[in-house]
Amino acid sequence: MANPGGGTVCNGKLHNHKKQSNGSQRRNCTKNGIVKEAQQNGKPHFYDKLIVESFEEAPLHVVVFTYMAYGIGTLFGYLRDFLRNWGIEKCNAAVERKEQKDFVPLYQDFENFYTRNLYMRIRDNWNRPICSAPGPLFDVMERVSDDYNWTFRFTGRIIKDVINMGSYNFLGLADKYDESMKTIKDVLEVYGTGVASTRHEMGTLDKHKELEDLVAKFLNVEAAMVFGMGFATNSMNIPALVGKGCLILSDELNHTSLVLGARLSGATIRVFKHNNTQSLEKLLRDAVIYGQPRTRRAWKKILILVEGTYSMEGSIVHLPQILALKKKYKAYLYIDEAHSIGAVGPTGRGVTEFFGLDPHEVDVLMGTFTKSFGASGGYIAGRKDLVDYLRVHSHSAVYATSMSPPIAEQIIRSLKFIMGLDGTTQGLQRVQQLAKNTRYFRQRLQEMGFIIYGNENASVVPLLLYMPGKVAAFARHMLQEKKIGVVVVGFPATPLAEARARFCVSASHTREMLDTVLEALDETGDLLRLKYSRHKKSARPELYDETSFELED
Amino acid sequence: MATATEQWVLVEMVQALYEAPAYHLILEGILILWIIRLLFSKTYKLQERSDLTVKEKEELIEEWQPEPLVPPVPKDHPALNYNIVSGPPSHKIVVNGKECINFASFNFLGLLDNPRVKAAALASLKKYGVGTCGPRGFYGTFDVHLDLEDRLAKFMKTEEAIIYSYGFATIASAIPAYSKRGDIVFVDRAACFAIQKGLQASRSDIKLFKHNDMADLERLLKEQEIEDQKNPRKARVTRRFIVVEGLYMNTGTICPLPELVKLKYKYKARIFLEESLSFGVLGEHGRGVTEHYGINIDDIDLISANMENALASIGGFCCGRSFVIDHQRLSGQGYCFSASLPPLLAAAAIEALNIMEENPGIFAVLKEKCRQIHKALQGISGLKVVGESFSPAFHLQLEESTRSREQDVRLLQEIVDQCMNKNIALTQARYLEKEEKCLPPPSIRVVVTVEQTEEELERAASTIKEVAQVVLL
Repeated sequence: MANPGGGTVCNGKLHNHKKQSNGSQRRNCTKNGIVKEAQQNGKPHFYDKLIVESFEEAPLHVVVFTYMAYGIGTLFGYLRDFLRNWGIEKCNAAVERKEQKDFVPLYQDFENFYTRNLYMRIRDNWNRPICSAPGPLFDVMERVSDDYNWTFRFTGRIIKDVINMGSYNFLGLADKYDESMKTIKDVLEVYGTGVASTRHEMGTLDKHKELEDLVAKFLNVEAAMVFGMGFATNSMNIPALVGKGCLILSDELNHTSLVLGARLSGATIRVFKHNNTQSLEKLLRDAVIYGQPRTRRAWKKILILVEGTYSMEGSIVHLPQILALKKKYKAYLYIDEAHSIGAVGPTGRGVTEFFGLDPHEVDVLMGTFTKSFGASGGYIAGRKDLVDYLRVHSHSAVYATSMSPPIAEQIIRSLKFIMGLDGTTQGLQRVQQLAKNTRYFRQRLQEMGFIIYGNENASVVPLLLYMPGKVAAFARHMLQEKKIGVVVVGFPATPLAEARARFCVSASHTREMLDTVLEALDETGDLLRLKYSRHKKSARPELYDETSFELED
Repeated sequence: MATATEQWVLVEMVQALYEAPAYHLILEGILILWIIRLLFSKTYKLQERSDLTVKEKEELIEEWQPEPLVPPVPKDHPALNYNIVSGPPSHKIVVNGKECINFASFNFLGLLDNPRVKAAALASLKKYGVGTCGPRGFYGTFDVHLDLEDRLAKFMKTEEAIIYSYGFATIASAIPAYSKRGDIVFVDRAACFAIQKGLQASRSDIKLFKHNDMADLERLLKEQEIEDQKNPRKARVTRRFIVVEGLYMNTGTICPLPELVKLKYKYKARIFLEESLSFGVLGEHGRGVTEHYGINIDDIDLISANMENALASIGGFCCGRSFVIDHQRLSGQGYCFSASLPPLLAAAAIEALNIMEENPGIFAVLKEKCRQIHKALQGISGLKVVGESFSPAFHLQLEESTRSREQDVRLLQEIVDQCMNKNIALTQARYLEKEEKCLPPPSIRVVVTVEQTEEELERAASTIKEVAQVVLL
């Protein structure tokens, strides 16, 4: 990711500049972590919302014990690898066939060390198969392992009516069939499931046109284009927008699809600290002033890649500040609204609406239909010339099969529902219910003394568990004892010492369901001693610490 | 003796110090202090003098004008005006308001319109709704997915299969899951775009060999072998892969798999096979190129195909030995970090597999139809048929290029348009001309499906012939 040439460009200049900018910026820090320096350039952005975001640090002893836990796990891993090598312990992993033993090994030993020795112990907490719609309650298929998670066996029993805190079903639009889905049934019966061609060849259906017009209308922009897979929307369109000689400034916590797209584009990539406008401004300044490494030519263009809501942190992008920076330095902004579209903003139009900004100020609005809309696929929206360009040059439009018609119809149905085009206000109520549920859930968790991350308006709620042992204990206890399906995430999706549980609040969760979950969490929290919070709301302090403000360029 | 002399020297020096005049001592003292100062002072920086002032920096920022995010696209760009299909893209297709016979969609087995497939999808819709709202790891694994993986593995007679929610992402994610920086991939020049992107994401060393030219491949492998002997330590950890397609999307030709397998064992390179066009087409039971050649499927390390052509659903899959495939469950980016396949699409794919298993005769019918139109299209003046006679997707290229790609494309488009007027829906094979590694020449891609009757095939061939004569002469 880091650009090897970048360091040399900045040599000798950094000191001077850093002192200046840091000095002026530090004065402008407000308490809740909003940097105002972006508003200095004559165009202040006033928005009535105060961003309340918290990232409480773990107590020292927790950090120490977490690293110790990983250390012990690693030691035992080495011991067991040793035993397996000598044939004392049976190795359950699949092995290379005899005929190919003399090939260069497909995997290096160390590559799978973590999987084999740490992940394998707690693997039962992921990939849990379900056998119902991912609504507020779902049915989980019970499975057991007779060989310490190397293989699983289904018992045939079904754990019924588990409360679903794991699916990104923000507006409750993914549920089993009901009468409101009749149009999908009709489309399925007429069109079938496949398309068997690409957009450029014979795969542009009237349904796609209808959907694209509706998406543009929903987002209040000139035009939109839809793609068959959310992940590919990023990875196959960013290369069409930037290339060699361009610079991508990417948030350090961006989703893999954005990272992959950036990499495939061939542009130079520099990473700024998560949601940190100081770090971003410094990179922007340096980029504009010093140009490309070695050749010193000016960059062709600079594209800033951010997400609306970050799925692992629950933080919301500091859009007004970033927009101000983008304008000042004439960069372009690409926002991935995968987790914010439909879920954030008074009527679910995403982060631009949340901050009361014109969606046209963002150059590229990207989002997915997987989450709030209960379908699959993604879109890119913005000005007409952008979308026209993508229609011609998007990798996805030329080489990938276009979106399945019934899926498109589900999105159309969801959009109409949220926009109130179905003649009811139910959609709007759902969006409001989601906001209510989110705040209620977050507030209660905070009161209980858990460390939770992120913005109070983000429906993704990460609850910090830290220790790998507790990750497994928590997830197992919640499912088996409390009948609650939770998602837990650890390294490598999060920093090593910051394993967490992640709840996705939905509008379809009733107050009773949330209370049940909260009660269970309260109990489990006491049982596993998860209430780490010292009741001191603090912004992430390291962001404003001068010494840590070094970029790993 | 020696020590005595040294002592004597020391004494003399001290004595000299006493005897030296004061001005001398002061001068020396100043010199020593000077040296110390020089030693501890900051190094003299050349750059500091060229440091930009704040004002200059502001000016630079003010001055810089980026290129527009996207260059303007001419309003009449052909790609902007897509063919719009109203209704289902099945055998009879309504393109831009005109009903045609479809020779453009990869619906080889006609399953897109199959009532059984639709019924299965509908049953799934009733039970599961549409979306899965999560990746496979986080409650996005449905029983339908497990069933489909199981069925695919059984159908292909491999140990394991893994499904992706997008056909393009399948091979593009599978390659970088195994091949990393420093590894070497031998790949056919005609490989499709998804393979190219997968290779790019893997950041491995890429060696292109001439299309289907085994001698060229062997030459590259030999070169590598010599290279390896020079540096055996590096060679021990450098994985080698050969990436080929079963039937090539860009040429309609089949890969010489038996020779490839021989080379595989001779040079110890693993074979990854992309079968999007050949899966559900070649072989007695539609298992693809391995069945076509009668090759043990375990000799191929990884087979990937999409479910968007023969199966007429959405998504893709990889299959092979568990030792290989299982790795993708944590390392396949398009698998781990993307929402899983909507269950109704998985259910449609399962039903499509059922139909394929129940009617193995369907593959012979398809083969016969391919042969028929292939034969009928021979000898058109100005157009040549490129591709195997048993390939359901093949190309019509200009016999003689006009030397300008644009002009070629225009001529071919004229043929396509006129055929469309005569109710035969065709399309040119579209490429991103600047992105392709080895851009294939412009062509019309003809797709054969089992639903096309003998008369329709005849009619299509004669229409193309007529129109080509008008346009090209």
